[in-house]
Amino acid sequence: MESQFQFDWQAAINSIPFLIKGIPYTLLISFGGLLIGFALGIIFGLLSINRHWFLKWPATAYIEIFRGTPILVQVLFIFYGLPDLIGGPIDPLTAGIAAIALNSGAYISEVVRGGVQSIDKGQTEAGLSLGLSRTQTFWSIIWPQAFRRMIPPLGNQAIVSIKDTSLFSVIGVGELVRQGQVYIANTFTAFEVYFVVAVMYLAITLSLSLVLRLVERRGLASV
Amino acid sequence: MTQIVQMKGMNKYFGKLHVLKDIDLSVEQGEVVVIIGASGSGKSTLIRCVNGLEEFESGHLEVEGQALAPKGGNQKMLAEIRKEVGMVFQQFNLFPHLTVKKNIMLAPQKVKNTPQTVANATAERLLERVGIGNQADKYPSHLSGGQQQRVAIARALAMEPRLMLFDEPTSALDPEMIGEVLDVMRELAKEGMTMMVVTHEMGFAREVADRVIYIHEGQIVEQGKPDDVFDNPQNERTQAFLSRVLAH
Repeated sequence: MESQFQFDWQAAINSIPFLIKGIPYTLLISFGGLLIGFALGIIFGLLSINRHWFLKWPATAYIEIFRGTPILVQVLFIFYGLPDLIGGPIDPLTAGIAAIALNSGAYISEVVRGGVQSIDKGQTEAGLSLGLSRTQTFWSIIWPQAFRRMIPPLGNQAIVSIKDTSLFSVIGVGELVRQGQVYIANTFTAFEVYFVVAVMYLAITLSLSLVLRLVERRGLASV
Repeated sequence: MTQIVQMKGMNKYFGKLHVLKDIDLSVEQGEVVVIIGASGSGKSTLIRCVNGLEEFESGHLEVEGQALAPKGGNQKMLAEIRKEVGMVFQQFNLFPHLTVKKNIMLAPQKVKNTPQTVANATAERLLERVGIGNQADKYPSHLSGGQQQRVAIARALAMEPRLMLFDEPTSALDPEMIGEVLDVMRELAKEGMTMMVVTHEMGFAREVADRVIYIHEGQIVEQGKPDDVFDNPQNERTQAFLSRVLAH
């Protein structure tokens, strides 16, 4: 069988206005989820290196559970499973944001932990020896240095999470991939449409990489 | 004379390793005590106990009349003690994300609520005093090792401590920079600062110390005036140590 396939540029261009409607959802789920995930990451990351086992263990359990299970299973669980428990439906957008938040939160916890633990013990000793409390030493000496080291892995996580939102087409959020599937169902131009979808993801992630590189350069300039 | 530091029968373990054995030591106000000994002898651990960076297992330790509890005890005096005790580290431990001046201003502002203008003036005065008034707005990584250590001394002095601890302050420095740091320490001693100094600089010890203490395997085996300890050591372990370090 010989392939007669030719890339139909017109079909690709025609799909753009419809596909582009998915971008706000992709961005909303990604960045809404990441924002909450960052808060969770700081909280559970710091708890996971706490001296008290009753704070450390729950945090470690959270991290291991959400890193150790697929995000697809997590979102299916939240969207289809959780309503049984709470006795009412969860809308797909909320489920998507929650899944990104909980999943990225686990990875960001590890980024926070690694960042904080990478700071030399001598910094804490210097702070304490000057009379600062443990809390003061942490927030004015350790955290600013750790945060700078966290920027590249945080950017990495943001890019992973943006791409993860593509899985949420399965729960029917009108994000990029879902829009593509709906469009293809009417036009049968799978090659062109998924090509455009891929380009749109690339545009988002490349823009983010660029911004991150600028932030990194500014952040590291002083050290 | 007022006693700034008092240790009685102090013991410290790292796991099973007995690193400080029945230490009896007191330091009087204005006294410069230099502690010498081989690496691993416990001399750094000894001065790190004074400001609670290391906990001890048993015995008695008093700083400025305030008792520090052994491991597991109530450590509420620790914060008060640390305000009165400055420390200079082998690796400087300056804060790399803050300018030189901000390094010095941080503790007075955070711990004593010193107004910014006052903290700023103090920082500038101290930087002049250690001879690097023109480097105030640079970041530590842009300074030489000797300059960084002088900033670290200024940072500790900003809290107006009654006692200064020096933990091998010149061991990480290139040889040509050791002198500038020792000069600052010499000045401090001359002005009457109470100092406990762990060092391998025997020339400095002989010249500046009021008392030299030799530690061997966690025990004080000899102490006295520098001339006595260096020229006429009584203990054979001290003799052996000194002949090794003074031979070259």
